[in-house]
Amino acid sequence: MEFLGDLLANYTLRTVGMGAVFLGAVNGVLGAFAVLRKQSLLGDAISHAALPGIALAFLLTGSKATLVLLLGAAAAGWVGTLFVMNIVKNTRVKYDSALGLVLSVFFGIGLVLLTYIQRMPVASQAGLDRFLFGQAATLLARDVATIGLLGAGVLLIVLAVWKEFKLLCFDPDFARSLGFPIRWLDVLLITLLVTSIVIGLQTVGVVLMSAMVVAPAAAARQWTDRLGAMVAISAFFGALAGGAGALTSSVMERLPTGPTIVLCLTVIVLVSLLVAPNRGVIWKWARERVNRNMLQVEAVLADLHVLAARHDDPGHGHPISVLRTMSIGHGGVDRSLEVLRERGFVRKTADGTWSLTPRGLEEAKRLEGRRGEGP
Amino acid sequence: MTAPQFEIQLIAVVVAVSCALPGTFLVLRRMAMMSDAISHSILFGIVVAFFVVRDLSSPFLVVAAALTGVLTVSLVELLNRTGLVREDAAIGLTFPALFSVGVILVSRYAGSVHLDTDSVLLGELAFAPFNRLAVMGYDIGPRAFYLMAGIMLLNILFIAVFYKELKLATFDASLAGVLGFLPGFLHYALMALVSVTAVGAFDAVGSILVVALMIAPPTTAYLLVDRLSLMLAVSALLGAVSAISGYWIAHVLDASIAGSMASMAGLLFGAAYLAAPGRGLIAITVRRVRQRWKFAQTMLLVHLYNHEGLPAEVRENRIPTLHEHLKWDHRFAERVVAAAGRQGLVESRDRRLLLTDRGRRAAREAMVG
Repeated sequence: MEFLGDLLANYTLRTVGMGAVFLGAVNGVLGAFAVLRKQSLLGDAISHAALPGIALAFLLTGSKATLVLLLGAAAAGWVGTLFVMNIVKNTRVKYDSALGLVLSVFFGIGLVLLTYIQRMPVASQAGLDRFLFGQAATLLARDVATIGLLGAGVLLIVLAVWKEFKLLCFDPDFARSLGFPIRWLDVLLITLLVTSIVIGLQTVGVVLMSAMVVAPAAAARQWTDRLGAMVAISAFFGALAGGAGALTSSVMERLPTGPTIVLCLTVIVLVSLLVAPNRGVIWKWARERVNRNMLQVEAVLADLHVLAARHDDPGHGHPISVLRTMSIGHGGVDRSLEVLRERGFVRKTADGTWSLTPRGLEEAKRLEGRRGEGP
Repeated sequence: MTAPQFEIQLIAVVVAVSCALPGTFLVLRRMAMMSDAISHSILFGIVVAFFVVRDLSSPFLVVAAALTGVLTVSLVELLNRTGLVREDAAIGLTFPALFSVGVILVSRYAGSVHLDTDSVLLGELAFAPFNRLAVMGYDIGPRAFYLMAGIMLLNILFIAVFYKELKLATFDASLAGVLGFLPGFLHYALMALVSVTAVGAFDAVGSILVVALMIAPPTTAYLLVDRLSLMLAVSALLGAVSAISGYWIAHVLDASIAGSMASMAGLLFGAAYLAAPGRGLIAITVRRVRQRWKFAQTMLLVHLYNHEGLPAEVRENRIPTLHEHLKWDHRFAERVVAAAGRQGLVESRDRRLLLTDRGRRAAREAMVG
C-alpha cells in the first residue's frame, strides 16, 4: 500500500507507469493479430529495422523530439517489412532468411549511423542509445501524450475494421472472394503493427520489442478460443507486464526496462501455458489421467461381466489374480475395484473374491451396449 | 596500413568466414531465425558461466555457450511440441527471456563483469588487437584471431567430415533418417556449432550482427549458385569481402566496424537481388518483357494464319484495324507488326498484312507445339 501511495504521489512514476501500461495494451492488441497470422517474428524485424530510421531522423532534422524520431522509426520499420515481403515474392529466398537478413542488416546500418552521430562534434546527440534497451525513466509527460495519441488512433482503427481483420486472420481467401480489398487490409494491419511497435521503442528498446508483440498474445491464446476475448486478454497481459516492468525498473537501480518487462511477460506466458483451462499443460495432463482411470475402471467391470457370463451364478466370486491376468494391458485393477465398490457395482465376498452386484451387472450391460453401438 | 589495422581485418575476415559456413546450412534448412535466437540467448550462458569460473577468457565459456545454444533449440522444440504455440512464436518467446536474464545480470553486476550492454550489442573489434596472446613470453598475435581461427577450423572440419550427411539431412531429412544418418543428431551438432561460432564472434561483432554475418552472405550466395559446395565457398568469399570493405567504410566514417560489415553484407545482397544472373530483379524483368513480346508476336502470326485465304481476311488482317481484333493498344500493335516485319515473318501489301513462308511455318509450329 505504501508503494501504491508513492506511486500516486510520484509524478515521474505515474508518467512512466501510464506510458508503459498503454503501450503494453496497444501491442497486446496488435500482437494478437500478428500471432494469429503467423507473423510472430515480423515484429522482431520491424523493431530492429526501426533503428536506422531513428538515427536518420535525427541526422536530417537535428531534432530529438519524440514524434520526429518515431516517424523516422516507423518509416524505416515499414520499409524493412516491405523488403521482407518483396524478397520473398520475387526470389527463392525463404521467409526466415529474408527476416533475418533485413533485421540484422538494418540494425547494422543503424549502428553505423548511431556511432557516426556519437562522434559528431555536436553535443545534442546524447540519449539516442536509449532506444537499444529502452529507458522507461526517460519518458516525459509529452512522450506519454504522444504514445497515448498514436495508440488510441491505432485502437480506433482496429475497432473500425474489426470484422475485416477477423476475416483476414482466419480466412483471407474467403475474404477476397467476398470482394474485400485484402492487399490494402494487409498493408493497413502491418502499418498499425509498425506504429504500435514504434511507440514502445523508447521504453522497451529495439532489441526486445518483439517480445511485447508475441508474448501477451501467445499467453492470451491459451485462455480463449474467441478473437474478441483473445485481443482483450492480450491487451490486459501487455498492460500488466508493461506497467509492472517499467515501474520495477524505475524504482530499482541498474535494472534496464526492456529486459524487466520481458521477464514479467515470460512469467505470464509460463503460467498461462501451465494452468490455462482446456489448453494448459497441467489441465491436459489431469484430463488424460481422468480419462485413463475411467477406462481402466470400465475395463475391469467388463472383465467381471465376462467372467460372470461363464458361471450360472452371477454372484459367484472371482479371485483378484484372475482379474489381474485379464487386465494385462490396462492395469490398475486394485484401484478400479475400490472405485467400483464405492459405486456399489461390485462387492467383496467372504472368501476375499470379487463379484458383480445386480446394479453392477446392469451397468456392465449398459456399457457393453454402448460399445456395441460404437462410433 | 598499420599492424593493428591489418590484424583487425584479419580477425574480421576469419569471423565472417566462420559465420558464413554454418549459416549456409541455416539458410538452406529454413532455420535462419534460429541464429537470431541462439546469438541472443548465449549471453545468458556466458554470464552464468562467468559467475562460475570468474574468467572471461576461459574456454569453459565457449562450452557453456554451446550448451546454451542447444538449450535454446530444445526449449523452442519443447514449446512447439506442447502444441500450444507455433514454432515462430516459440522462438519469439524463448530468446527474449534468456537474453533478458543475461542483460539484467550484466547490468546488476556490471562492476564485477567485464561485459556491458553496449559491447554485447556492438562488439569491440577495434580493441581486439590490444588483447595479445603470448606463448612462452613471445607475443604471437591477437588472442581473438587464434580463438576465431580455431572455431573456423572446427567449422571446416565438421562440414568436411559430415559433408555427405549434412547434405542429405538438409535436402531430404526423411531419406537421411531412413538410411540411418541420424538427422536429429546432426541437427543438434549443427546448433552447437552455430552457438560456438556465435560466442566467438560475439566478442568481435556483438550479438545481432552475428546474425547478419550468418544469414546475409549465404542468402546472397543462394541467389547466385545452385550447388552446395559452391554456395559454401561463395558465402565465405562474400563474408570476407563484407569484412574488409566494411572495415574501410567504418574507418572513413569513424563508425562501428561491425555495423558497417553488416551493412556491406546487406549491400552485397542488394546487388545480387538486383543483378543476379537469371534470378535478380533485372533478369526477371527482362525475361517478363521478352516473354510479353514473344507472346504478342505469336498471337499475331496465329491470327493472320487463321484468317489466311478466308473471305474475312480482308477485314481481319488489315493493318489499321488489326489492334481492334487482337484487343491491343494501337501503338503496341504497330511495334509488334514492325518487329515481326524486321524478322521476315510478315509483309504488308496495300495496307494488308500477309504471312511470309517463314511466318506461316512459325504460326503452325506455335499451334501444334
